[in-house]
Amino acid sequence: MPDQIKVIDKQALDRILTRISHEILEKNKGSENLVLMGMRTRGEFLAARIAEKIKQIDETELPLGILDVTLYRDDFRTSLKQPQVSVSNITFDINGKNVILIDDVLFTGRTVRSALNALMDFGRPSSIQLFILVDRGHRELPIRADYVGKNIPTSVYQEIKVKMEEIDGEDSIYLIELNKK
Amino acid sequence: MPLSSRHLLGLQAVPKDDIQLILETANTFREVLERPIKKVPTLQGKTIVNLFYENSTRTRISFELAEKRLSSDTINFSHSASSVKKGESLKDTIRNIEAMKIDMIIIRHSAAGTPLYLTKICSANIINAGDGIHEHPTQALLDMYSLKERFGKLEGLKVCIVGDVAHSRVALSNIYGLKTMGAIVSVCGPSTMIPKYIEKLGVSVTYDIDEAIRENDVLNVLRIQLERKAGGYFPSLREYAKYFGITRERLDNNKDITILHPGPINRGVEISSEVADGNNQIILHQVTNGVAIRMAVLYLLGTLN
Repeated sequence: MPDQIKVIDKQALDRILTRISHEILEKNKGSENLVLMGMRTRGEFLAARIAEKIKQIDETELPLGILDVTLYRDDFRTSLKQPQVSVSNITFDINGKNVILIDDVLFTGRTVRSALNALMDFGRPSSIQLFILVDRGHRELPIRADYVGKNIPTSVYQEIKVKMEEIDGEDSIYLIELNKK
Repeated sequence: MPLSSRHLLGLQAVPKDDIQLILETANTFREVLERPIKKVPTLQGKTIVNLFYENSTRTRISFELAEKRLSSDTINFSHSASSVKKGESLKDTIRNIEAMKIDMIIIRHSAAGTPLYLTKICSANIINAGDGIHEHPTQALLDMYSLKERFGKLEGLKVCIVGDVAHSRVALSNIYGLKTMGAIVSVCGPSTMIPKYIEKLGVSVTYDIDEAIRENDVLNVLRIQLERKAGGYFPSLREYAKYFGITRERLDNNKDITILHPGPINRGVEISSEVADGNNQIILHQVTNGVAIRMAVLYLLGTLN
């Protein structure tokens, strides 16, 4: 069993999401023309929570989409495991919208690159802004987040595990020490 | 979990998990087909050859679209416009095409077993798009996908395959696949077109089309394949239509029945125009789903390491 430290608990996670929801509204001067786009799997639940918060703050219900980027990944030829594909669910037009792209961990930036390509295939949004719950560093592409929940500098021998009530049974973020080989 | 084989030669002996995976993966591609830009970059850099030694409209276009929508490079080969006419053997043709560095071959051939043979002489992934009267796995997969879409599950579903079962690769692939997925399969047709061994595959036989309509949830109506000399197995097309043709009047016995047809349709022979355009059939859904199923198969084989 690898060592793991809980760095964020339920309450802290909730505060982060409250702060980010306000930041999104502040930066966009309200909720007009905004849509939320959660990336499977945990981004989808983060997006739903932010939608709920914005509804409380601004009394508007933002369109909520789910993006599966598996088909846009660049590691098909190098990874040993075949990734399982799932279905994107975007029931609204993203043309001309300000899209808030939402994911749990920002690491190499490659998943976000896939997401940008995927979004372009659904239309031409007026802007795309990125919300990341945890930025752990080690970028391989020139990508940065517009909204960061928490910066957690890590080594490559560590892993960040975001857990969410909806699928993991708890709200928390763990820093896991992997065994050096 | 990836597929257990790197080829798709038929559905005989394909495990349930594999069929399930293909059907589930096809959901993803159904969604892609609804997008404004119906293309994803997944198979960029892969080269796929469509090797059609028999005529085809639906299957070839469907495969070609599936390949293009996954961003692979596609080469079309048709025997009538190639060196086959100059006497080149299949083996030499395949060896030469392989030497041009291709990744996957979609093969249709009038001789049963050709796809299996290709797996032995070249290293590309092989997908069977119909080999003689043997199998046509992607057609059966798209039929099953369409039924799953309509009924929610395949287990316990009563499906009767009607027509020239003896000469139908669609029938054989459907029987293998549906049995694996737990459906209750029967066949119906003139006795000259029902092979003797068929009951050994675990399907029941009826020669009465009205009974088949009454007793089943689904009819998969096969085309009378005149190019395979089907005319020799019954006295006349008119007589076939009279005893086995699916008509509006016959469907009065089971108004909820779902009708599949692999196409192309012989209107007025195995199916009346009224039924072919009516509310019971899902023929064009099958065609749409065909692209999604083929994308799923190409994806699952093409990204296997």
